[in-house]
Amino acid sequence: MSDLLLALGVFAGSFGIGYLLISRVPPQLHTPLMSMTNAISAITILGALLLFSVEMSPGQKAVGALAVVMAIFNVVGGFAITDRMLGMFRERSRKS
Amino acid sequence: MYFIEHLIYLLSALLFVVGLKQLSSPATARRGNLMASFAMLLALVVTLVQYPPITWTWIVSGIILGSLIGAVAARTVKMTAMPEMVGLFNGFGGGASALVAFAEFLHFLKDHTPQASLAEASTIQLGMLIGAVTFSGSLVAFGKLAGWITGNPVTNRFIQTVTALLFVATLGVGVYLVLGEPTLPLFLVFTAGALILGVLLVNAIGGADMPVAISLLNSYSGLAASAAGFILGNNILIIAGALVGASGMILTNLMCKAMNRSLANVMFGGFGVEGATAAAVGAEGKTVRSVDAEGAAMILGYARSVIVVPGYGLAVAQAQHDLKKLCDLLEERGVDVKFAIHPVAGRMPGHMNVLLAEADVPYNKLYDLDEINDMFPDTDVALVVGANDVVNPEARNPKSIIAGMPILDVDKARQVIVMKRSLAPGFAGLDNPLFYLDKTFMFFGSAKPSMQDLVRAVRELS
Repeated sequence: MSDLLLALGVFAGSFGIGYLLISRVPPQLHTPLMSMTNAISAITILGALLLFSVEMSPGQKAVGALAVVMAIFNVVGGFAITDRMLGMFRERSRKS
Repeated sequence: MYFIEHLIYLLSALLFVVGLKQLSSPATARRGNLMASFAMLLALVVTLVQYPPITWTWIVSGIILGSLIGAVAARTVKMTAMPEMVGLFNGFGGGASALVAFAEFLHFLKDHTPQASLAEASTIQLGMLIGAVTFSGSLVAFGKLAGWITGNPVTNRFIQTVTALLFVATLGVGVYLVLGEPTLPLFLVFTAGALILGVLLVNAIGGADMPVAISLLNSYSGLAASAAGFILGNNILIIAGALVGASGMILTNLMCKAMNRSLANVMFGGFGVEGATAAAVGAEGKTVRSVDAEGAAMILGYARSVIVVPGYGLAVAQAQHDLKKLCDLLEERGVDVKFAIHPVAGRMPGHMNVLLAEADVPYNKLYDLDEINDMFPDTDVALVVGANDVVNPEARNPKSIIAGMPILDVDKARQVIVMKRSLAPGFAGLDNPLFYLDKTFMFFGSAKPSMQDLVRAVRELS
C-alpha cells in the first residue's frame, strides 16, 4: 500500500510541475504542444515492452505486439509531425 | 544495474520536463521536441537492455511496422488535416495503454496473491477504463473531424440516460472485478462498456466544440499512460503521463473559457448543431450590403491598416496560401496587415497558427484576442475569412445563448469585409448582427475562389 501512496505522490508532483510549465506555453504553440504531449503519452510503450520480458501465451503475445505497434506509431508519428510543424513557424522582422 | 536503470529513467523524465519548458517560445520549441524524443529513445533502450524480451521477433517487427506507418503519416499528412491526425494519435496512445492493462489482467488472472490483489486489480480496471474511453472516443473525434461521420452532436434525453446508466453499470462491473471474483468474460464486458461509453460521450459533442473534446482526450491519453504506470509500478510512465494529463487539462480549461462555457455544458449541452435553428433572431427585413472582388480590392488596397480574422472556413477551403498572397500584395502597397486569432477558431487549440505558419505567415503578425481587441478601433478594415461566432457581437447581449463569450471586436473597425458562402448561421445556430451593419460588406462565395479573385483584383489596382 505504501508503494501506491508513493506512486500517487509522484503523480501529483509531476502533474503540478507540468501544470506550472505548460501554463507558460503561448497559444500559438498549442497545436505543437498537443502533438508533442501526445507522443509523450505513448511512453506506455515501455509497459508493452515489459510484457515480453516474461513467458507468455500466444494470445498475450498478440495483445502485446498490437500495443507495441500502436504506441510506436504514436511516438514516431507524434514527434515527427511536431517537428514538421515547428519547422514552419518563422519569425520575420515586423514591418512598420 | 538497478541504480543505473533508475538514474537513466530519472534523466529521461527530466528531459521531458525541460523539453516542455522549451515549448514556451517558438525559438526553442523545436529543440524541446527533439529533447523529448531523445528522452523517449533513452527510456526505450534502457527498458530493452534491462528487461530483455524472451523473443525479439514480435517486438522488432512491431517496432519497424509502427515506426514506418507513423513516419509516413507524419510526413504526408496535410496541415489542414492536422486536427483529425491529432485525434488519431490520441486514440492510438490510449489504445496502447488499454492493451497493456488487458495483458496485465491476463497475468493477474494466472497468479494473483490475495493481499496484493486489491491495489493491483483496481489500477488495472482504472487503466482499462481510461484507455478504452480514450481509444474509442478519439476514433469518433477522428471520424467527425475527417468528415466521415456527422459533425453534429448526437444526443438527446434518451442517449443521455443510456450513457449515464452505462457509466454506472460499467463502474459496477469494475468494482465487482476488484472485490469479487475476477474472470475474463466479465473483464471483456467491462472493456466493451468502456469502449461504448467513449463513443457515446464524444458523439454527443458538436463539431465546433471539438477543440475542447480533443484537449480532453489529450489529457485522458496521458492519464491512461499514468494508470499503466500505476499497474506496473513504473515511475517514468507515471511522470510522463501526468505531464500530458496536466497539459490536456490546461488546454481544456482555456478552450472552455474561450467559449464562456463549462466543461459539463460542452460535453452534455448538445451545442453545435450546424445551421439548426437557423436565423433564430430572424434575418427578415434586414438588408446586407454585398460587394464583389473588385469592390473588396478597392477597400482593402486603399486602406492603411487591415486586420485579418481567419476561421475554420479558411481551413476547410484550404485558402491559406491565397490569403498569404493577398497579404503580401497589400503589404507591397504599404498596407499594415495583422492577423487576429481567437482561441477557439478552428477545430483544435492553435489550429489557425499552424495553418498560417504553413502558408509562411510570420508568427509575429499573429495576435491573440487580448492583444488585438484594442487595435480594432484604429483599424481601417477588418477582413473576416470563414469565421462567424467568434466575431458575433451578440455575445455582448446578456440574453443571448453565447452571452459572455469573448469575441474579436471586428465591429469596432471602420469597415468590415466578411468572406462567407452565405448568410447561414455558425455553430451556435445564431444570426450574426455584424452582417447587417452599415459598415459591413458581405463578399459571398466559397473562400478559395473568392480569395483568388480578390488577389487578382488587388493586383489590377493601379
